[in-house]
Amino acid sequence: MPERLRRLLLQVLAAGAALLAISGIYSLYKVIGRALDDGQRDWWFIGTFLPRSTDRDMPPIRDIISEFNKPLREGGPELINLIWDASLFTLREALAGFVLGVIIGMAIAILLLRSRTLEKGTMPYVIASQTVPLIAITPIIVIWGRKNFGFLPWEWQDWMSVSLIAVYLTFFPVAVNGLRGLQSPDPDAKELMDSYAAGWWQTLWRLRLPASLPYLFPAFKIATLASIIGAIVGEISAAQSDGIGYLILDFASKYSTGPERLYASIIGAAVLGLLAAAVITLAEFAILVRRRQATRS
Amino acid sequence: MTETTKDPTSQSQGAVDILDLNKIFLPGNASQVIALTDINLSIAPRSFTTLIGPSGCGKSTLLRLIAGLIEPTEGSVTVNGKTANRARQDRDYGMAFQTASLFDWRTVRKNIELPLELLGWSRADRRKRTEEMLELVQLSEFVNSYPRELSGGMQQRVAIARALAFRPSLLLMDEPFGALDEMTREHMQTELLRMWQETGTTVIFITHSISEAVFLSTQVCVMSPRPGQITAKVDVDLGERTEETRDRDDFFDYIVQVREALRS
Repeated sequence: MPERLRRLLLQVLAAGAALLAISGIYSLYKVIGRALDDGQRDWWFIGTFLPRSTDRDMPPIRDIISEFNKPLREGGPELINLIWDASLFTLREALAGFVLGVIIGMAIAILLLRSRTLEKGTMPYVIASQTVPLIAITPIIVIWGRKNFGFLPWEWQDWMSVSLIAVYLTFFPVAVNGLRGLQSPDPDAKELMDSYAAGWWQTLWRLRLPASLPYLFPAFKIATLASIIGAIVGEISAAQSDGIGYLILDFASKYSTGPERLYASIIGAAVLGLLAAAVITLAEFAILVRRRQATRS
Repeated sequence: MTETTKDPTSQSQGAVDILDLNKIFLPGNASQVIALTDINLSIAPRSFTTLIGPSGCGKSTLLRLIAGLIEPTEGSVTVNGKTANRARQDRDYGMAFQTASLFDWRTVRKNIELPLELLGWSRADRRKRTEEMLELVQLSEFVNSYPRELSGGMQQRVAIARALAFRPSLLLMDEPFGALDEMTREHMQTELLRMWQETGTTVIFITHSISEAVFLSTQVCVMSPRPGQITAKVDVDLGERTEETRDRDDFFDYIVQVREALRS
């Protein structure tokens, strides 16, 4: 246990050191960029290719941090609260998209597992679906959703379209890695199940699905981040004004009067992704570590 | 699937009866492979038969034909008076492989319970049988361990326990000790013979090792490749085996006999 604690402590220290290093490089470059902007064009040769920088291009770190505590307008909520609420909203959209995307991805993987021919014939379309630019299909999904999902027992809302965009990015890694994982058991294991005259679904449930988990968790990690990116991009296209995506778009358009806010909202989005990835990593640890580590009793 | 009892010459009382069996992979294809030809083999209940031969002689193919995992091109395989495929559906045999093929996400207990789950046994019955099987393979204290935590020999013992869990009358083993070191291997041979005697199971066992074949078997089938066929059958009568058996003269005589059959 102390060994584990020591390692955890080292990891936290390393993460802190990396954060400090990034801040250090950022601040250092600010000094160089400002000097260049002040006319130090003849600084050896670097002035010829390094871009100049002002406080507007790269606001000081302490300004970005202090921005979190300032209200956007007099008497309004502080920026950190705005970012927090917007992030939670986006997280919900992404989560709905992730869950549905995982279900669809696994369904595709199981379907393709049943037939080699189907796999060979269908995979190109699955791959092609991911090369279509998201920015192009997003408005289609939003407009389509508003117009055509009236038959649903609940009222279609724009955030659901945003979730659908997250689904679109999420199902792919799950389908590809899921299929590989389902195909991963070695011939002996499959023969063993055959020797028990186990049916296709029994083999799927007792052999293929558990064997696919080590392949699925990396896909889940990619899918988590993809679902958040999908939600952010979707919000921008759908003009869904409650999420972090819209917040970023709004601050970008007002960049000249407050660059710190854009930086702050980007940090918010990054933290959101980190937290989501951490949840998946914890789940992976809880489920897979049991297979690998000693639990002798 | 024809019933094979109509041929009066076939002794369908045997545990396994193989009659005029041929196996061709991709028949009619340019790249067809004649895997087995003219196989006739009768295996008595409670006997221990070893298939020995160089790589590519079709021993594994023969074992899979008996298991009903593949179909013969010509001839018939009868297990307990049924077609091999029927016997597989009826779970007449258990199988063990060179890779122990334990599921690494299941504990030892859950691995042994796997076939019982597929048979729809109740939780209490599964538990009870697993305890018995673990006692048989002498691994009771590892019931909650994961396969990763066990040595190669222990993993094989779990695999044997799993194969025997539903008490099949036949045990098919495809080089189960092939990946073990010599010391462990000899120990496992003694253990397997003890289990064989305790359970009265008919065993068909594939190996590359002549001494292993002689030490374990009541019947050694020597096979040769291209095309795969049984070239000699050596009946081994060594009585009850102990560690001293390995030093006896008649043990060496049998080894010489099998070795010569392999060379010819």
